[in-house]
Amino acid sequence: MSNTPRLSLGPILYYWSRDDVLEFYRQIADSPVDIVYLGETVCSKRTLMRTDDWFRLAELLTAAGKEVVLSTLALLEAESELKRLRRLCGNAQYLVEANDMGAVQLMRGRPFVAGHSVNIYNERTLKLLAEEGLKRWVFPLELSAGTLADMQSARPAGIETEVFVYGRLPLAYSARCFTARAHNLPKDDCQYRCLDYPDGLILSAQDDTRFLSLNGIQTQSAQTCNLILELDPMRELGVDVVRISPQSRRSDAVIDIFHRCIEGEMEAEEGMRRLERLMPVGACNGYWHGEAGMLATQNQARALSGE
Amino acid sequence: MDLVCPAGNLPSLKAAVDNGANAVYFGFRDDTNARHFAGLNFGPAKMAEGVRYARQHGVKVFLALNTYPQPNGWSRWQTAVDQAADLVVDAMIAADIGVLDYASNRYPELNLHLSVQGSATNYEALRFYRERFGIRRAVLPRVLSLSQIEHVVSNSSVEVEVFGFGSLCVMVEGRCILSSYATGLSPNTFGACSPASHVEWRETEEGLQTRLGGVLIETYRKGENAGYPTLCKGRFCVAGNTFHAIEEPTSLNTLELLPDLQKAGVSAIKIEGRQRSPVYVAQVTRVWRAALDACRRDPENYRPQANWMAELGKVSEGTQTTLGAYSRPWQ
Repeated sequence: MSNTPRLSLGPILYYWSRDDVLEFYRQIADSPVDIVYLGETVCSKRTLMRTDDWFRLAELLTAAGKEVVLSTLALLEAESELKRLRRLCGNAQYLVEANDMGAVQLMRGRPFVAGHSVNIYNERTLKLLAEEGLKRWVFPLELSAGTLADMQSARPAGIETEVFVYGRLPLAYSARCFTARAHNLPKDDCQYRCLDYPDGLILSAQDDTRFLSLNGIQTQSAQTCNLILELDPMRELGVDVVRISPQSRRSDAVIDIFHRCIEGEMEAEEGMRRLERLMPVGACNGYWHGEAGMLATQNQARALSGE
Repeated sequence: MDLVCPAGNLPSLKAAVDNGANAVYFGFRDDTNARHFAGLNFGPAKMAEGVRYARQHGVKVFLALNTYPQPNGWSRWQTAVDQAADLVVDAMIAADIGVLDYASNRYPELNLHLSVQGSATNYEALRFYRERFGIRRAVLPRVLSLSQIEHVVSNSSVEVEVFGFGSLCVMVEGRCILSSYATGLSPNTFGACSPASHVEWRETEEGLQTRLGGVLIETYRKGENAGYPTLCKGRFCVAGNTFHAIEEPTSLNTLELLPDLQKAGVSAIKIEGRQRSPVYVAQVTRVWRAALDACRRDPENYRPQANWMAELGKVSEGTQTTLGAYSRPWQ
C-alpha cells in the first residue's frame, strides 16, 4: 500500500506577534505544503490573532490552493474557551482538528481530524471515532512504528493517518504557566512573556544538558523530532500525511527539504544533513523506534557523520 | 461526599476499610493500571479476599483499569475487563475509549467511571463519555480551579470526583509524556511515571545526584533530604536560574477547601497513593474521615484542625502541601 504522503504544516504552537504570524503565512501560501492547520492550540490568553483573523487567513490560504484545517485548544477549562470552540466547530467551510474530547463531542456526526493529544492508542478507539465522523487522525507522539503498523493494518476504510515528523514535541499541558513561573509572575498576570520566546524557553538540567522547552502551559522537547530518514517506512505503512511543526526561523527551508525528499528529488540522508543546521538543539527520534523519545538512533548518527 | 481511598495491597485495603473509607480502589498486578510498580497490586486470590473484606464492612470496591492498550497488548486489557465483571466490582475506572467501548458493550450492567487519565476537563468531554459509554462518574484532572469544577458539576449529569490529597500531578493526566520522553515508559503506555528501573543515584563532589533515563533531575547537597526523582519535581536551570521550574516536591492537600467542594456538588474525594504504605493509608483515611464528617455536620463552622494538618504533613511528599490548581495563585 505504498503511497506518496502529502505534506502538512501543524498549527503555530508559540505566541508570535500578529505581523509575524501574517508574514509567516504569506510565505506558506507559496510553499509546497498541501495542508495547513490554523489556530491557537495552547493558551486562550493569546489573542493577538482573533478568531476572525484566523478565518481571514483560512480564506487566503484556501485561495492559494491549500487545504485549511482549523485547529483547537488542547486544554479546555473555561466557558469562554468552550464558546470559542463552538464557533470553530460550527463553521460550515473548514475541517476542524479536535485536540480534546470536548471538541470531538461537538464534531460528532460531521467530518473532523483528531490531533495527537486525543489518545488513539488502539484500533478499537480508531473504529469508534470513525463512526463519529473521524476523517483523519494524528498518530500519538509517544507510540512506535511497530504500533503504527498494527494500527494501519486494522484501519477502517477512508480514514487517513497523519504522522508528526518534524518539530519540538509537545509533551505535556498544565494549568500552570511555566513561562510566567520562570519570570516569577502568576499566570493571571503573565505579561505575555511567551512573546519573547518564539521557539519556547529552554530548560536545562543542572549539568547544562538542554532538555525541555517551556511554551506557556505546554512543555515541549528541547530536541527537534526529526523523522526524515523514516519517510520510506512511512510510505510502506501507507501514511497519508506527514506534519511539520512551525518554528520561528527557516520553516520554509524545512518544508522544502521534506518536499524534495518526498518527491524523490533529494536523498533522505542529504535532507538530514541539511536539516541539521536548522534544528536549534539537535534531533531526536526515539519514540518512532520504541525507545525514549529524546534519543537519536544510530541510524541518524550515521547519516550525520556521512558514513 | 464519599471518601475514595487507595489500596496498593491487601493490608492497605484493610487499613482504608477499617479507618472509614466509603470506597477503595485497586488494580491488577500488571500494566493495565496506572500504578504498575514492582510488588504492588493484586493477584486473583488477594483481590477476591479484598473484595470480600470490603463488602463485609459495607465499603465499595473500584477497579482501576486506566492505562491505554496498544494493539499488541489488547487481549490483556480485555481479559482484565472480563475479570472485573466476574468480580462484580462496584465500578471500573477506565480511560481508554477502546476499553470503555468493550466494557460497555460486553457488560452493560458494569458501572463505569472515567479515570483521571481520560483527561476530561470540561463538560462537553464528559458528555461524550456519558452518551457513548454511560459513565456514571468522572475523576477530574488536577488542573481545574474551584470555580471551574463547580461549573463542570453544574453542567454535567455525570458525578464528579476530585483529588483531595496525595502526590500532585502538575500536568493534565493522560496527556503527559514527559516520562516516556526520558525513559520510553509513561503512565499511558506502561502504567508508571518516572519508573524506578530508570533511576540512578550517584555520589559526586557536588553532592548526591539522581538521574532519570540519564537526565540529571536533582543534585542534593550535604544535609538535604533526598526525594524520588519524579521528572517534573526536579531542579532545573531556566534563563540562568536554577529552581523547581515545573513544581516543587510537594503534596496536594485540599482539607481547607472541603466546604467549597461540598457546595460545588462534588460527589467524592479521592486520596492518591496506592504506592504508599498501609500506615499512610490508615493515617490519611482517618484524618479525611474525620474532616468529611465534620464538614457534613456543620459546613459553616468547619475549620481543618491543627492536628489533622500535622498528621497529613508528616506523610506528604517533601513534607509540604499545596492547594494546587484549585487556587489561582498556584497557576
